[in-house]
Amino acid sequence: MKTLPLVSALALALVSATPVAAQTIVITGGTVALGDGSAPIPNGTVVITDGRVVAAGGAAVRVPGGARTIDATGKWVTPGIVAGFSRLGLVDVDAVDAANDASSEGPFSAALDVAPAINPNAAPVAVNRAEGITRAVVAPSVGKGIFAGQGALIDTGADAEAVTRARLFQYVELGEGGAEQAGGSRAAAHVLLRNALREAQQIAGGNAGGRNQTGRTADDPREDPVVSNPNESRSYEAQRNQDVLLTRFDAVALVPVLRGRQILLVHAERASDLRQVIALKREFPSLRLVIVGADEGWTVARELAASNIPVIASALSDLPASFESLAATQSNVGRMRAAGVKVAIGTLNDDDPRMAFRARWYAGNLVGLSRLPGAAGLSWGEALKAITSAPAEAFGLGGEIGSLAPGRRGDLVIWSGDPLDNQSAAEVVMIDGVEQPLVTRQTRLRDRYRDLTRGVLPEAYRR
Amino acid sequence: MNRGTIAATLAALTVAGCATTGAEKGSGERVRIASDPFPSTYQRYPGAPVVITGVTILDGEGGRIEGGQVYLADGRIQAVGQNVGAPAGTPVIDGSGKYVTPGIIDVHSHLGVYPSPGVQAHDDGNEATGPSRPEVWAEHSVWPQDPGFSRALVNGGVTSMQILPGSANLFGGRSVTIKNVPARTVQGMKFPGAPYGMKMACGENPKRVYGDKGGPATRMGNIAVTRQTWINAKAYKRKWDAYEADGGDVPEQDLAMDTLRGVLDGKILVHNHCYRADEMANMIDLSKEAGYKITAFHHAVESYKVADLLAREGICSAMWADWYGFKMESYDAVRENIAFVDRAGACAIVHSDDPNGIQRLNQEAAKAMAAGRRAGLPITEEQAWRWLAMNPAKALGVFERTGSLRAGKDADVVLWNGNPFSTYTRPERVWVDGALLYDANNPRLRPVSDFELGQPGEGDVK
Repeated sequence: MKTLPLVSALALALVSATPVAAQTIVITGGTVALGDGSAPIPNGTVVITDGRVVAAGGAAVRVPGGARTIDATGKWVTPGIVAGFSRLGLVDVDAVDAANDASSEGPFSAALDVAPAINPNAAPVAVNRAEGITRAVVAPSVGKGIFAGQGALIDTGADAEAVTRARLFQYVELGEGGAEQAGGSRAAAHVLLRNALREAQQIAGGNAGGRNQTGRTADDPREDPVVSNPNESRSYEAQRNQDVLLTRFDAVALVPVLRGRQILLVHAERASDLRQVIALKREFPSLRLVIVGADEGWTVARELAASNIPVIASALSDLPASFESLAATQSNVGRMRAAGVKVAIGTLNDDDPRMAFRARWYAGNLVGLSRLPGAAGLSWGEALKAITSAPAEAFGLGGEIGSLAPGRRGDLVIWSGDPLDNQSAAEVVMIDGVEQPLVTRQTRLRDRYRDLTRGVLPEAYRR
Repeated sequence: MNRGTIAATLAALTVAGCATTGAEKGSGERVRIASDPFPSTYQRYPGAPVVITGVTILDGEGGRIEGGQVYLADGRIQAVGQNVGAPAGTPVIDGSGKYVTPGIIDVHSHLGVYPSPGVQAHDDGNEATGPSRPEVWAEHSVWPQDPGFSRALVNGGVTSMQILPGSANLFGGRSVTIKNVPARTVQGMKFPGAPYGMKMACGENPKRVYGDKGGPATRMGNIAVTRQTWINAKAYKRKWDAYEADGGDVPEQDLAMDTLRGVLDGKILVHNHCYRADEMANMIDLSKEAGYKITAFHHAVESYKVADLLAREGICSAMWADWYGFKMESYDAVRENIAFVDRAGACAIVHSDDPNGIQRLNQEAAKAMAAGRRAGLPITEEQAWRWLAMNPAKALGVFERTGSLRAGKDADVVLWNGNPFSTYTRPERVWVDGALLYDANNPRLRPVSDFELGQPGEGDVK
């Protein structure tokens, strides 16, 4: 049997997000791409048991007996696509305020947590699922201040349990957007950031995350923005009203960032802004930084590589859309990769509530670019990696998702053809080993209006 | 009429004879409204004759030739066929494994009026100061130094485009059709002889923009204001038609009404931003009442619901392959829209409305073709290329000159380094009027706008 009939797949999905106990699924005969950067394997096999990948590869993969087998001959098999940056699940229709939870003008910033706002029934979730997106990094947008709040990793499954990892990262704007939020200058944004970390430090007490933690002492407090007075936390509550900008909730939310327990996802595009982010890591060594954007990343590729900060880039950004993207080129990702930067693809400010599925075409375009004289692109394997394991690894989840390595979650797509080509379609999508329905509002509307011949009843009765 | 009006009128008129005689009935020469006060100064650049051989040809009209030849000389397509018999000594490009197509035509662009960088100072696409502004002309907002033009050329193989005002207004103003050739002035880009278009808009945008600025605030308000405007335009047309036929007092000139009269005379083509099927039907009836024809619905997300009607009325639909959900009126998008419109026998166009999308219209067509095929429609590549060439050329009134690979037409041609329906394929060379304006193998043949000169990444592959 090639696929579960739709109804049973739906039923299965509706019952539970978790796989049926002890079920083993074997996919054979397809061209298998692991998502780790390697070249695709012809006639490969993937084995999934209890919702996890057990084995994937070529002839060496042992096929267990008694498994449900899917013949993928003539098809391609990849890990589910991971949207490296999106706002999927926060928005049903962008321009309908009530159906758009991407940003808030309310009193809080860093404390905001997208997890309770995620709506697995939002139409874009199903649309992206049907395109082979199985997981998505979901970030809030800034409303007030430079911090947008805490983003999550979600799955796109047709079930109620969308959030894979809540509060995965804190999102901050440190380019033009940050300057605007801070009152009109980058200098103001950087002071706001340091002040926020100072306030988090005061709440946390001690020197968590600051330079002092590295053993260095700053005798002159002007050299060190992190306050190191041991009495400060005790006297903090009394002092707090004298010199604070953040609400207590917001300051508390930044403690895990300061201590390196939560990723700080920084949006920056301009070369000088990227250098400042790199410098931030020297100033606060415990920060776990990830950069999103980086249109001018190629101009500072060596520094980025040396910093070991992963980058989620907009793959095909090639216009000087603003003064922070003057050097934008589609060769950005390829050049950064060649310099050793850990690069993944995301859809930042690119219809991010809805169009994460563009990622695979972006990846395909970068393969095409590698054939253009003077341009830098990616190999096919690297391109797939940029939309699977690379974003997973950037967020520290490479052991869970993003590849078909043993132990990873059973997120997998069977494609009609080369998944990086725009004419291929997802034919089977599994999340945690559970086959997903690929019906969307769009396919239902297509079927309703496929034939415009007047019937015995209005179109409204065609279902 | 008072002197002040005549003086103001004169400033905008081409005057044959003098105004005083023009105002006298039956005295012969009359005041004429200039039909082309900002004439094109476009001139093609020199191009060497060339013959491309052994290439797959998609002619843009639905034809395909395998292993064919295309011969370009003197700015024109000289011959297309299996063997064109180009004169001995004509330089040859081996096109084996590659494709030749007519240059892509984007019927919906805002390059120049919403250029990069997208700063407030460049925000010139919507004269959102009143819902009916047919007097504004997009060409007067076009910044020829928009770097987006070069991306559309080198990455997109786009050789012509229509630049439209935005959709804040019911009547957004005149469009301009250009050849995608860099120039110091917009006049230097204007497609010689191309008719003007006029942008109209249905639905959410006008009522959103004017809802708290005096209206219209509803869709019924949109329609009412639009109808009244046409009623006024017909009265204006009657006055000027009578004056031009019989003389008499010179009627007062009104720039807005001049554009609408041009539409009623069939000289200006209507490009109507309209997403929803029911609104398209309303606009069709409205156009019949007013006495004009709608050339194309743009962003026609729901055309698939009324593809039969659109075929019957001979109205094109300019569409995206997969945009959806950014506002209510785009909520019902389907991937098969373009294919279903085409199947119904209506005119289907792939458009961009976007400085990034314009760089990959070929890939948008590929997605639409693939969606159609999955829905059981046997769409061929050569049929699908009509969505990028013949159909937009017809909608812009320039099909006599471009939009297909026919002997005698402008040599607006793209040589692709593979199958242009693949994500892996890029333009290798692009000719406009026979001039080679992009060659992937020659870094000197890469346009760099003034804005990019001296900036990081100047002259880079983009």
